Amino acid sequence: MTQEMDLNQRFEAYIASDQKIEAKDWMPDAYRKTLIRQISQHAHSEIIGMQPEGNWITRAPSLKRKSILLAKVQDEAGHGLYLYSAAETLGITRDEMLDALHTGKAKYSSIFNYPTLTWADMGAIGWLVDGAAIMNQVPLCKCSYGPYARAMVRVCKEESFHQRQGFQIMLNLSNGTPEQKEMAQDALNRWWWPSLMMFGPNDASSKHSEQSMRWKIKRFSNDELRQRFVDMTVPQAELLGLTVPDPDLKWNEATGHYDFGPIDWSEFEQVVAGNGPCNRERIETRVAAHENGAWVRDAAAAYAEKSAERASSQTSAA
Amino acid sequence: MSAPKTEWPLWEVFVRSRQGLSHKHVGSLHAADATMAISNARDVYTRRQEGTSIWVVKAEDITASTPSDKDVLFDPANDKVYRHPTFYDLPDEVKNM
Repeated sequence: MTQEMDLNQRFEAYIASDQKIEAKDWMPDAYRKTLIRQISQHAHSEIIGMQPEGNWITRAPSLKRKSILLAKVQDEAGHGLYLYSAAETLGITRDEMLDALHTGKAKYSSIFNYPTLTWADMGAIGWLVDGAAIMNQVPLCKCSYGPYARAMVRVCKEESFHQRQGFQIMLNLSNGTPEQKEMAQDALNRWWWPSLMMFGPNDASSKHSEQSMRWKIKRFSNDELRQRFVDMTVPQAELLGLTVPDPDLKWNEATGHYDFGPIDWSEFEQVVAGNGPCNRERIETRVAAHENGAWVRDAAAAYAEKSAERASSQTSAA
Repeated sequence: MSAPKTEWPLWEVFVRSRQGLSHKHVGSLHAADATMAISNARDVYTRRQEGTSIWVVKAEDITASTPSDKDVLFDPANDKVYRHPTFYDLPDEVKNM
């Protein structure tokens, strides 16, 4: 008991002095659980996030666009892998995490349950969804858990390419034919509100926030980050000549921020509960990919085993 | 098929970012064998010219000091300040030592 108290004191002292907690350090169970939940959800979001964009790889309007989109989707896979490996340092296995995703026990970002209907959605996703993700992720580079913070440094370096490529698609469409500009506006209309929802519930109703802030896993509240995102993005929409689909949106001279209309949280809750437009399709695609790859994993494992046996029998013969 | 195999072993990945620097730990990944670990490490950790050489080591083959040994292992260095050059006062006349 006293030993536990010493350990807890040391943990609290580390947190208080902004030192990182590393994988083998003692940590409270609740801290470990919170991190496993957050990091694995984050990893799942990266992996499921490959699907809406993967949808347009074969239909990208040029070879250059196709190469760029491929590189971006490959990055999402990479981000998922960095994060899975960070979560594994906390004692959960990859199989357990994948199982939780495939059975619907684990959540991922609700944004990926919306369909990508036109090429402009590739622009809107990069610009808005990756933009919102960066807003969320930059503070995570300073998170108190070392392996997560280090993974996030890598992720953030790569995300800025994603956001720029999305903005460029929007810029080209906005400067294109009236039909192209209309397409960009339509994409903004559909992605704007779901992007704002990416920051999670309002602070008053966010159940994990307070403890996470205390543990320095989270550095800013959902509402703070959402406001920053709005403040950053509205001028960019103006530059594109597009209209943000919010009649209440206006600059507030007194606060120095944009005021924006209320978010439809019932939609958010529906999507999180599994009733978004694409929830079922996303999980079905993921499970199918996993199951169809099973023979490859088994064959590779069998080959590795056989090669190892052969190598050891050769050594013993020599 | 037969019962599902357990997951591929975990490998720790070390990358030399350029000639003249030592390999540095960058993360981990799963692979069936060392060859696959190298090729996966290339895809996962060096998509933007981050490396000129990769080491992979099975995670289970690494022996690490335990955090509870931290005091025993590292505190003894605390009171040996004389190992640092700044411990020694030199007369102002001595330059460049």
